[in-house]
Amino acid sequence: MKVRILVRLKPGVLDPQGRAVHHSLEGLGFDGVEDVRIGRMIEMDVADNTSDETLNTMCEKLLANLVIEDFAIEKLEGEKETA
Amino acid sequence: MAFKAGVITFPGSNCDRDMAVAIEAALGKPAIRIWHGDADLPEGLDFIALPGGFSYGDYLRSGAMAAKSPIMRAVVNAAQRGVPVLGVCNGFQVLTESGLLPGALMRNAGQTFVCRTVALTVENTASPFTQGYNQGETIRIPVAHHDGNYFADTATLDALENEGRVAFRYNEPVNGSQRDIAGILSENGRVLGMMPHPERAISPASHPSLGGDDGKRLFEGVITALASA
Repeated sequence: MKVRILVRLKPGVLDPQGRAVHHSLEGLGFDGVEDVRIGRMIEMDVADNTSDETLNTMCEKLLANLVIEDFAIEKLEGEKETA
Repeated sequence: MAFKAGVITFPGSNCDRDMAVAIEAALGKPAIRIWHGDADLPEGLDFIALPGGFSYGDYLRSGAMAAKSPIMRAVVNAAQRGVPVLGVCNGFQVLTESGLLPGALMRNAGQTFVCRTVALTVENTASPFTQGYNQGETIRIPVAHHDGNYFADTATLDALENEGRVAFRYNEPVNGSQRDIAGILSENGRVLGMMPHPERAISPASHPSLGGDDGKRLFEGVITALASA
């Protein structure tokens, strides 16, 4: 099974990287961009019987830093994986 | 003196030798070098230092994977027993990622790598690391980091301030750190994490741009505190 994990800075935590990219977009003339936040995507191939609990624990113990980051787990099973 | 100090090397550490040299300058004998993959610390270690650098290439987050390395389980156990642990720069990042210190270190607010000598105020003189300084004293120590922007929620920051656990504060904004925090102590004062590099400021002969010798008293403080304990 393929699992996609999105790790993002929590709302309210300053994202200097996002701000720099925002500035760059404005420099290119793209108006109306309200805000840019940059996160990290982690894709994993795991055994099909990997439990939600295990995936959560992986995120809490290593993949995300809960002091500053949130995470979202997306499982790409069956037809999604081959799509 | 039977005092035993150890310096951990992670893959990507690059200030481990400097740290060992600084400890030797204060202690008069070499520090024991310890590899990250070892499961156990040498017997009877009195002081552990986590050096600066880019452990595991800073992949994932600075210090995140080093914090889960085999030796860090032993370091966490030692810290819980009261063995003093100093983390400098990447070592500070490893300490927050391992849960020995609160908060997190984020990318510098200005997005640039900061590398210069900065002025710090000594905010706490009650720990083994800071007892050699005077309260409110200004010292000059070099910084060199990209991820030194200290972050914690307001309740944590207030607790750190109220409990006297802010060890050092920048005299001017350097990297966006909350409340200009440069270094913090654990609840029992025996774990210190700081972004500036005291091991780069141990000799009066150092060129002023490298920070002079204000860092030496930190190492001498640990050794004096433990020798007299």
